Amino acid sequence: MDWITTVDHKKIAILYLWAGGIFFGIGGLEAILIRIQLIKPMNTFLDAQTFNELITMHGTTMIFLGVMPVIFALMNAVIPLQIGARDVAFPFLNALGFWTFLFGGILLNLSWVMGGAPDAGWTAYTPLSSTSYSATHGVDFYTIGLQIAGLGTLIGGINFLATIITMRAPGMSFMRMPMFAWATFITSAIILFAFPAITVGLVLLTFDRILEAKFFDVAGGGNPVLWQHIFWIFGHPEVYILILPAFGVISEVIPTFSRKRLFGYSSMVFATILIAFLGFMVWAHHMFTTGLGPVANALFSVSTMLIAIPTGIKIFNWLFTMWGGQVRFTTPNLFAAGFIPTFTMGGVTGVMLASAPADFQFHDTYFVVAHFHYVIVGGLVLGLFAGLHYWWPKMFGRMLSERLGKWTFWTFIIGFHLTFFVQHFLGLMGMQRRVFTYLPNQQFDTLNLVSTVGAMLMGVGMIIFLANIFLTSRRPLDAADDPWEDGRTLEWTIPSPPPEYNFKQTPLVRGLDAFWKEKMAGHKGMTPSEPVGPIHMPSATILPFLMSVGIFIAGLGFMFSRDEFGSDIMSFLFNNYIVTALGLLITFGSMLLRSLIDDHGWHIEPEELEGR
Amino acid sequence: MMKTWQAGRRLLLMTAALGLILAGCGREDLSVLRPQGPAAESSFALMKLSITIMIVVLLIVFSISAYVWIRFRRKPGQQEIPKQVEGSFKLEVLWTVIPLILVIILAVPTVKAVFAAGNDHSDDKDAIQVKVTGHQYWWEFEYTDYGVTTAQDLVIPAGKDIAFELSTKDVLHSFWVPSLSGKMDTNPDGTVNRFSFSAPNEGVYRGKCAELCGPSHGFMEFKVKSVSEAAFEDWLASMKAPESVLPEDPVLAEKFKSQCLTCHAVGSMPASSVAPNLTGIGSRESVAGILLNDDTRVDGAPVEENLKTWLHDPQSVKPGNTMPNPKDLGLTDEEIDGIAEYLAGYTLD
Ligand code: HEM
Ligand SMILES: [Cu+2]
Repeated sequence: MDWITTVDHKKIAILYLWAGGIFFGIGGLEAILIRIQLIKPMNTFLDAQTFNELITMHGTTMIFLGVMPVIFALMNAVIPLQIGARDVAFPFLNALGFWTFLFGGILLNLSWVMGGAPDAGWTAYTPLSSTSYSATHGVDFYTIGLQIAGLGTLIGGINFLATIITMRAPGMSFMRMPMFAWATFITSAIILFAFPAITVGLVLLTFDRILEAKFFDVAGGGNPVLWQHIFWIFGHPEVYILILPAFGVISEVIPTFSRKRLFGYSSMVFATILIAFLGFMVWAHHMFTTGLGPVANALFSVSTMLIAIPTGIKIFNWLFTMWGGQVRFTTPNLFAAGFIPTFTMGGVTGVMLASAPADFQFHDTYFVVAHFHYVIVGGLVLGLFAGLHYWWPKMFGRMLSERLGKWTFWTFIIGFHLTFFVQHFLGLMGMQRRVFTYLPNQQFDTLNLVSTVGAMLMGVGMIIFLANIFLTSRRPLDAADDPWEDGRTLEWTIPSPPPEYNFKQTPLVRGLDAFWKEKMAGHKGMTPSEPVGPIHMPSATILPFLMSVGIFIAGLGFMFSRDEFGSDIMSFLFNNYIVTALGLLITFGSMLLRSLIDDHGWHIEPEELEGR
Repeated sequence: MMKTWQAGRRLLLMTAALGLILAGCGREDLSVLRPQGPAAESSFALMKLSITIMIVVLLIVFSISAYVWIRFRRKPGQQEIPKQVEGSFKLEVLWTVIPLILVIILAVPTVKAVFAAGNDHSDDKDAIQVKVTGHQYWWEFEYTDYGVTTAQDLVIPAGKDIAFELSTKDVLHSFWVPSLSGKMDTNPDGTVNRFSFSAPNEGVYRGKCAELCGPSHGFMEFKVKSVSEAAFEDWLASMKAPESVLPEDPVLAEKFKSQCLTCHAVGSMPASSVAPNLTGIGSRESVAGILLNDDTRVDGAPVEENLKTWLHDPQSVKPGNTMPNPKDLGLTDEEIDGIAEYLAGYTLD
């Protein structure tokens, strides 16, 4: 109950982590099934339809439900602490964001048991995703589930923007803000601009499918290529929504374990902004073979290549952060160290793909599969592992086992390169992606086998990580405030895990790497910027949960509004939009309650603060 | 200046070496890395250039990484605080400018090649005009200047430019012959694509569909048969021969007409069709695009056997395809075998 009503950013972080972890596990299982099917030519382990459902759900799940929430978990756990705040700007909305994400994700995954998962690829290109070619409710689960989950992301993004703009501790100017906070800030801005695009797209596709609109149907005057534009106007920035937080994590971990400040801080900030900006200008590089013509292809080619420049700045700045430092290979830093070359490999194949005439060959082959996994898994997932190991003691008050951590790292990264490196060659040798099997004697067999073995090894790495968490959770709370000893930012000045109110007194920030600066000046902690006084806390509430349940019910009701049911009552309820209305009633009713009930929250009094 | 020139030469050398290594990868009739025509070569040239540049970048990043990890590892007992360096304007400018130069080196030939690939041969009198139509899960080729339509096997004269007009009858597909050219999507009316390639050497090349189009997307293959000019003329002539060859047995012929020709066509009857044209199917490279008619190979079988495999259960060969099972159309096993035999014998000379 406590967990359902909480509005505390630290608890919501843990909820995000759990939910994200479970979806990541589902996506991982799907990946393993896909790889088993591809272990040899003409395999019959899965049938074609199931395979297409698996790749669709794997891609969708991983991107929207697997890694995004883990990113949000880290942001929630860390951002308020790093900027010296007591919570996010809108704790109620924060909870609402989590619950809509969770119920959207559940809705999407219900498709497995409710008559067919989406099967048109995670990009859901029309007309394949129209009712004519994808007749089950699968794609409806996709459009409506993502719509609901996306709501949560958008709410979260706006919340972080507001938090970072308004709630930084005294003295923390923007140019004194930790890199992870910067990354969160920029990421949230991208979310703010990119998610409305996919929202519009998903609504139009829902209308096409459920209300027989004709936005993407040529026969009805629509245009299927329009979907591709809408999807990628969102889809490309989405890639940066994923990778920028990883950049942020790496920029925290490397300085800490090199005992040096981040090299070229201001150029890092500038590069991050530039990447975000360029990220919006390059969407059509996913569409070189769609037939946009040479002018568009040339422009999008060149603008895409330009992204290599700010990215290069970041890579070299990280390397020179370590230069002259004292590098310690703890588990978080191992992941950060693994990140640099691996992500660079994904980056360079990105530049290769940017060359349109070469992309005519690369596009929709395993070369692309290799590229984006190098970026997403080799970049983002390694970054998340670094961040999780790094902040675990702060979030949970316990150090993860270093020995198991190192095992996780080595199995995961070796498995990763085995899986995906060979796929570059598969693509170049003529293997398209998204094929449920392939004919023998095309010289694809050995490389596919290697790839599958690698995937299993990654699975082993994940299991070791889970074992580490499980074993650690049975140990006592033993993490020090600054467990890595070289912490540089504010989160390391307070206990692990932090008390409900984070900071007894808001700290005064006197420079970049505020805590490090105090330590170097010989101080034990931060100088407070205020006397001890009562701390205002928001009340717990179940309304965000209820609102999300309502949307969930409304979504299901809308989806089945045109179905024939065996029973008259069911048909009556669904076909007359009664279920939809009921769901919306719950949601709007909760909203009404929220505005009517006058809740001022509560206070923690100074005596209680001192008592601890 | 001298230095840049030398670096450029080294880059060229590396490109050449890389080309040699990569060219060992994959089958000649299938691999992007073994281009057999000018279009694929132009892509391959860019790929080699970009791979070379990128390998140089990777080597630099890898070596600096290895160096810092080893050289600046914290030694036991090391406690002094390292110097907190803010950054270095000079270095940061350096690693902004170098990537910029590398990007320009790649961008210039890229833009050139983009416009070259955009060359439209649709008005070229010397080019063969072919209308390609994608269907779930087969390919239709219409030679508009000759009034000939075929499926699965695209027959072309070696060395001539082929000007394609691409479209689809259902969902999006993508037309791809890796060793001859990059791919291009087949869109529905309104956004029809044009492009062209040529195959200087005679041979059979494997083509694929590269856009997810349904369950049998992976099986949506086709063959490009590049033949001599004379052989191409012969092929056209025999395709144009108006008489339609029907099974000799009149009962079988009747079944074939009433059950198969409702969707397919042979010769001139019926005039249009919604399924692959079967004229001369006995001389094709494959049945259904994937059952190879080559009994000298382990992955192939005689035409007749492949036809039987297909006709006895089309769904198990290509799941989700729209052809009804001949058994459900009321054909007996013997009749199916008879039709397979007839089709296998229906060759073009
Ligand atoms: C255990 C690790 C993973 C393995 C073995 C794996 C494997 C695969 C495979 C075999 C495909 C199908 C390729 C195709 O034919 O299209 C695929 C697609 C994809 N994967 Fe992964 N993957 C893994 C992790 C991830 C992660 C962590 C993400 C994202 C966060 C991800 C995102 C995607 C996406 C977006 C697609 C494209 C789906 C589509 O084609 O519709 N994968 N993956
Ligand atoms: Cu296809």
